[in-house]
Amino acid sequence: MEFAFIIEKFILIIVVFVITLVIAMYSTLAERKVAGFMQDRLGPDRAGIFGILQPLCDGGKFFFKEEIIPAGAHRPLFILGPTLAIITACIGSAVIPWGQALTIGDRVVELQVADVNVGILYIFGVVALGVYGIMLGGWASNNKFSLMGAVRAASQSISYELAMGLSIIALLMVTQSLSLKEIVAQQEGFVNWNIWAQPLGFLIFLICAFAETNRVPFDLPECETELVGGYHTEYSSMKLGLYMFSEYINMFVSSALMAAIYFGGYNFPFMYDLGLSANWITIIGVFVFFIKIIAFIFFFMWIRWTLPRFRYDQLMNLGWKMLIPLALANIALTGVFIILKDKFF
Amino acid sequence: MTVFYFVAFLSLFFAVMTIISKNPVHSVLYLVVTFFTFSIHYILLNAQFLAVVNFIIYMGAIMVLFLFVLMLLNMNEDSEPLKSIFVKAMGVIAGMCFIIILAASFKVLQTSPPLEIINPEIGLVGNLGKVLFKEFLLPFEISSILLLTAMVGAVLLGKKDKKKA
Repeated sequence: MEFAFIIEKFILIIVVFVITLVIAMYSTLAERKVAGFMQDRLGPDRAGIFGILQPLCDGGKFFFKEEIIPAGAHRPLFILGPTLAIITACIGSAVIPWGQALTIGDRVVELQVADVNVGILYIFGVVALGVYGIMLGGWASNNKFSLMGAVRAASQSISYELAMGLSIIALLMVTQSLSLKEIVAQQEGFVNWNIWAQPLGFLIFLICAFAETNRVPFDLPECETELVGGYHTEYSSMKLGLYMFSEYINMFVSSALMAAIYFGGYNFPFMYDLGLSANWITIIGVFVFFIKIIAFIFFFMWIRWTLPRFRYDQLMNLGWKMLIPLALANIALTGVFIILKDKFF
Repeated sequence: MTVFYFVAFLSLFFAVMTIISKNPVHSVLYLVVTFFTFSIHYILLNAQFLAVVNFIIYMGAIMVLFLFVLMLLNMNEDSEPLKSIFVKAMGVIAGMCFIIILAASFKVLQTSPPLEIINPEIGLVGNLGKVLFKEFLLPFEISSILLLTAMVGAVLLGKKDKKKA
């Protein structure tokens, strides 16, 4: 492995990490601004113009608050909980292709940290690991509300992972590849986006993404009307901050994933008809990708301030009795369409 | 090779920790780490698909369910049933017998020549799929039926008895 390669990847990782954190930070502000807009209020506007410094103030406040570890808590696991939550949230973005290759001098720089052969499954693995942070935190708090929240989180995430995996299978039948780089590269232009081939699959994936990130209407693990604060009832200071932050990072990563696998990633309409050089196409592509991601983040917030929370039995019924059969039907339909297409076209 | 020995040491270490830790939740967590080291072994063998699937299914689903049950039961050192000294002695003797049998069988068996991987790309998902669906189609389908049967059985056992209710 040459030295320049390591430097290149190192810079890319730092940039992706910083962007992830900044977007997660400003998602907290955006969430409150969107809430204000939906409810005909102003939202935070005191710190800086339009409240632009609000996330910094919140972060500072989290750092300087007193940290309380309950006497009955299991100390190592209590600390491990939020740590795992934030780590698993951050490592998901490693396989997402942010753009095509940039040519600087005679070096070709791929705008993707790691082109793993099974990239899409890697993200699944990371998501599956994310539930440990919540479970350990909830159990180690030694509080029955926290434990209830943790147990809810675990069962919810396992139930929805199934439907999510099944919706992905139908997508993979269309793309014939597990590598995210290839999946995005196939969706050139506008008509090749996977959303046109897999509308039902996308809908299932979207619902499951909401459930996996514990967002409203699936935020039963932290349902404040029943469970005080859910799994993070006993947490204070930056540990609570890390839990909240990991939720926003998860939202960012799942938005990026949805934009990449269903909405063409960095591809935009007429990208090769404008007579631009390859580097410009890449740069515009990255911007387009981020616009798509931000649109998805806005959609997450829009839903949060529009829909009420599910009841627990409704959540399980939706997951097991609606989404899984639908996803199975989607797989069968996709198979039939592929065979018909091969036979007659 | 040094990487292999290091990871192998880690897997053995965490496997032993799984057995000797008193708290069942710690035990499960050490088991999760053990499975993680298995995933690293698969990656070292260039079997990425197997590594990720091991990661998702064992670490992400099965162990979460183990943890789930243990947390709900809330077992700890106090609630552990005390076994009589007789049972413990039996356990020690049986364990010793097992070790002797293992040692004896290793002594009798010749060590096989080092395995040569004919196709180093065999662990990648495309090749694996072709092997599974061409050469091993029948065993593959039969094992899937076996899993389905187990699932149906679990649902049946979990269902409420209509006559009693």
